Amino acid sequence: MTTFAATGPSPDHEDPAVTVSTTVNGEHRTMSVPAHRTLLEALRDQLALTGSKTCCAEGECGACTVILDGHPVTSCLVLAVEAEGREVTTVEGLAPQPGELSDLQEEFLAAGAVQCGFCIPGQVVAAECLLRANPTPSTAEIREGMSGNLCRCASYERIVCAVHATAERRAGA
Amino acid sequence: MRYTSPRSADEALGLLAEHGAGAKVLAGGTDLLVALRHRTVEPAVVVDIKRVDDFDEPVRVTDDAIVVGPTATMGRLAELEEVRRRHVALVEAALTVGSVAIRNRASLVGNSCNASPGADTAPVLLALGATVTIAGPAGERTVGLDDFFLGPRRTACGPDELVTALHLPRPRPGSGSAFQRITRRRGVDLGTVSIAAVLGPDDDVALGMGAVGPRPLVARTRLGDHESTAAAVEHLVAAATPIDDVRAGSDYRRAMLRVLARRALDTAARRRDEEAA
Repeated sequence: MTTFAATGPSPDHEDPAVTVSTTVNGEHRTMSVPAHRTLLEALRDQLALTGSKTCCAEGECGACTVILDGHPVTSCLVLAVEAEGREVTTVEGLAPQPGELSDLQEEFLAAGAVQCGFCIPGQVVAAECLLRANPTPSTAEIREGMSGNLCRCASYERIVCAVHATAERRAGA
Repeated sequence: MRYTSPRSADEALGLLAEHGAGAKVLAGGTDLLVALRHRTVEPAVVVDIKRVDDFDEPVRVTDDAIVVGPTATMGRLAELEEVRRRHVALVEAALTVGSVAIRNRASLVGNSCNASPGADTAPVLLALGATVTIAGPAGERTVGLDDFFLGPRRTACGPDELVTALHLPRPRPGSGSAFQRITRRRGVDLGTVSIAAVLGPDDDVALGMGAVGPRPLVARTRLGDHESTAAAVEHLVAAATPIDDVRAGSDYRRAMLRVLARRALDTAARRRDEEAA
């Protein structure tokens, strides 16, 4: 049984479900989703990938950031049906193996960047995209690259440190 | 709500003709999905134009103009060498929109079609003299952006029509441009005031203004027609009618309008001189 949290465009009725074929974290996945549901809702409620968080649900906080065809996007502002034939990577897809952490995730922990943790999946995905596009970002570039990811615990300094540390680790690797 | 993903402009126009006001065009979705969530729009059909294959995407560069396709994103445009070379102020404005993730989705043309009075890229497009191509059942027409914006969230594009291109005329040699904006925070905020100045070789100025009227505004003058730059700025900002809202009071907006206009003019002049040097 599929249930949807009331977090997206929610008319009083459910539109008929549409079949959406997509690649999520390297695996082919088929979802059955009404047209008005967002990619965020489908990932969380259909595929049980609850790493992407629902918060503002209007593109302002970055907690739902995922990688769509290689670029970071706020999945609350993408309809699930738009992901047809596309490639999606969520925070769950960043680690080399289930149960492991990526180097970036390890550096987030080492820097003490994780307080309540709610924004962290989005922060990690945004930081991963930033580092892929710019392997040696300056502090200003990190701040700009991460400016769409809000942290209510205001852990920004340590998040910046974690990104720097990952960049240095990858440069040395 | 039904989702459609037409493969050609004709197919998209057919859907819009069939459903009229019941249809909504989806490009980047950064405005439409927010409106869907708040139910300020409840379309019967969403027409996603991102898989249409006969638009010029992201841009077509000619000697006279850069033609921007309707789904070209802010992020993509800001990367393009020819856009960066010809239109510094547009790149500056595009890079203030939302955040990296928003700019990967938000379309430049969509930003104008949404017709927010505070649309970040509208002032610079107005100042650059941009025009749009509107396709509809009766064929195509070209409309200057100044005639395109009718009021808050209202444009000259009818429900059965589609903006298929935005044309950025090539700046005359010896021009300079700059963008300035004030926000409460750097990322993911709406502009309190935004300004774009385009300064031509004869000291002719076009000043685009955002968030200081019911629609994005543009005013033009020649610096030489005024006693001082300050007097020219007064003339240019006279059309602005800022309101009080959650982001700022009207007095503050009026004051910042002059500050930003001056900064934008000075930066545009410096860039023009640097290019000439």
